[in-house]
Amino acid sequence: MIYDPAPLAIFIFLGFVFGTVGLSFYLGRKAKSSEGYFAAHGQIPWAVNGVAFAGDYLSAASFLGICGMIAAYGYDGFLYSIGFLAGWIVALFVIAEPMKRLGKFTFADALDAKFNSRGIKGAAGISTLVVSIFYLIPQMVGAGSLIQPLLGLPHWVGVVTVGVVVIMIVVTAGMVSTTWVQFLKGSLLVIFSTVLVVMLLQKGLTTDTSSFETIGPLSEQDLKQSTIAGRKVIPPTGGWLSTEGKTQEFIRFVPEDGRAGYDIFHIDDIPGSDEKLLRQAQSVTGSGASKLIDGAPNGRETGERELQPIGHLSKLPGGETSTGPLGPISFFTTIGDSEVILWGSTTITNPEGPKTTIYYQKPTSGERVLRPGEHPKFAGIRGESFGDKLNFLSLMLALFCGTASLPHILIRYYTVKDGSAARKSTIVGIATIGFFYVLTLYLGLGAMTSGALDLTDTNMSAPLLANSIRPWLFAVISAIAFTTVLGTVSGLILASSGAVAHDLLIGVMGIKLSGEAQVKVAKLAAIIVGGIAIILGVLFKELNVGYLVGWAFSVAASANLPALVMLLFWKKTTKEGIIASVLVGMISSLGWILLSRDTFKSVYGLDPDNAIAPFSQPGIITIPLAFITLIVVSLYYRSRDMGAQEASA
Amino acid sequence: MNTSESPSPQRRFNTRLGLFLFLVYLALYSGFVLINAFAADKMEIIVLAGLNLAIVYGFGLIAFALVLALIYGLLCQKDPAEDIATEEAAAVPGDSK
Repeated sequence: MIYDPAPLAIFIFLGFVFGTVGLSFYLGRKAKSSEGYFAAHGQIPWAVNGVAFAGDYLSAASFLGICGMIAAYGYDGFLYSIGFLAGWIVALFVIAEPMKRLGKFTFADALDAKFNSRGIKGAAGISTLVVSIFYLIPQMVGAGSLIQPLLGLPHWVGVVTVGVVVIMIVVTAGMVSTTWVQFLKGSLLVIFSTVLVVMLLQKGLTTDTSSFETIGPLSEQDLKQSTIAGRKVIPPTGGWLSTEGKTQEFIRFVPEDGRAGYDIFHIDDIPGSDEKLLRQAQSVTGSGASKLIDGAPNGRETGERELQPIGHLSKLPGGETSTGPLGPISFFTTIGDSEVILWGSTTITNPEGPKTTIYYQKPTSGERVLRPGEHPKFAGIRGESFGDKLNFLSLMLALFCGTASLPHILIRYYTVKDGSAARKSTIVGIATIGFFYVLTLYLGLGAMTSGALDLTDTNMSAPLLANSIRPWLFAVISAIAFTTVLGTVSGLILASSGAVAHDLLIGVMGIKLSGEAQVKVAKLAAIIVGGIAIILGVLFKELNVGYLVGWAFSVAASANLPALVMLLFWKKTTKEGIIASVLVGMISSLGWILLSRDTFKSVYGLDPDNAIAPFSQPGIITIPLAFITLIVVSLYYRSRDMGAQEASA
Repeated sequence: MNTSESPSPQRRFNTRLGLFLFLVYLALYSGFVLINAFAADKMEIIVLAGLNLAIVYGFGLIAFALVLALIYGLLCQKDPAEDIATEEAAAVPGDSK
């Protein structure tokens, strides 16, 4: 799709950016000390901190990724919403109060509260950096994706803009400004998402049978003619020829109106009949500036073509064409009784030249988009493979355990005055985040039926849904989505800078620094981490936004949670056990991910069948492994120390 | 930080309450995940107001998390050690520059 930069969107976007940076400079005077910079003096009101939790947590993956996944495949994306929210139960009931009681500035502080060990500080500091950087990359990629439609600027400009703005936010006032930016973003995100859902329900659902052509029914014989329904067929050549044993899937026609390229149609079976239907498809050949859409250069000038927006209902219950306003329940029941057009894709290899990806319509019963198992990643739960089921269980376990292990979330517990305030702020966080996740199912399904989706970028589903309702709402939602990235990236860079300055330089290397010098080093670390995030955001621009967040959750849950939980609930835990658990959890989960099918396919571009890890999500193996490691190592060192004490006695 | 001191009865109560509520939610979450993994077809069954089990159970898990959080917030007891720590912190102004 080709996006037109909207002046209103640019104005609102710039307002957000200057507003947040201005707020940071205003608050900067309060953050000269280490307590101020890392923990906002522990003086943030619990209600503000609770909403800031939402601002910190509801990242690009939640807003853009989940809504996009629901828009493309239905209910499956909502499984992430459920898992992400469930993780807060672990945070509230198990972690919140002890974190506040034990720690001061960083995650390592809490883990090391009992032992004062350089090894623990080092392991926890490295784990914080690894998790935060994995989490940073998709945020930066998401920022780049947003800036293209919003301002009409290249991807890298978005990445650099976010990087520079966030570095300014973090460097000027640390946790104080980060908290208020996150509070602002959390509030706006929930308020305007609610506005969008209310307007969506008011608008109701409509069918669309005119955006894409349908030809037929046709017999097998009709399909062999050189002219079909008065349109001239382009004889298949090269990769368009059907291979042996495979029936022909697509037909290309010479355009009727003298346009460039071709009109492409998918040959569809009609259930219970030998006849076929031709449904209009869309194709993309190559990439970048030389990209062809349906065989013509990408553009809007004469002789060019552009991808058409997608996402519509082909049938409503009772043959209606429009429902009028719907309620929060009838929205789902109506979709369940309708027929939705989803889009599949397949690739054709051309002997000469780049590959062609063809996107084709898949009429799908509404019931199917309201149940789990449509997305390729979740389709395994409907199959027979036990490995696929384990993969699903592993993902849901990582989501459950990951939230309470994310360093940038955990350090937010230091910004309130006591354990009671930590508890209350988590409850506010759960209410805010839970409410937003309920909205994601409406937003995703609304986008699925909005007729405004970008075929090649599902991450833009929520902003494009807004655009289909009111253009000003698109401007606001896009600017909020951008602020979403700002809020989360600020928290991540702050956590990383604390890990470098407080844990690694002071805790491990033993460099003595005053409070102010610590802040200066942390600010320098923030600039360096921000710079690295910018570079990685540009390098990994093709990667799926939700993909790396899943990695971050798995690594965090494996490296951090077992050590934290055992420290709190098992008196025999030793410092050696904690160090071993963090390192084994981190290395095993990271190693598993790097050797998995998903990484082979999406990152290395290799045959996934050659992957070494039997399934992609490591949590179900690596989380218990980290627990076992801690128990075995702790017991070993305790018995060794006791033996040494007896010998010396 | 000293974690070896014996916790107050209020803190012990809060910890036990937290663990109990955690186990209740864990059981419900596990039920949801296991049905999805091993009996995904059951998620299509219409159970309430025309909505299928997937939507009702999914929304239910989100709503129940908030209900349990509110119960926890209401039942938790104030830890006296926390008051002392807060007072001590207030009595020593400034920070470690």
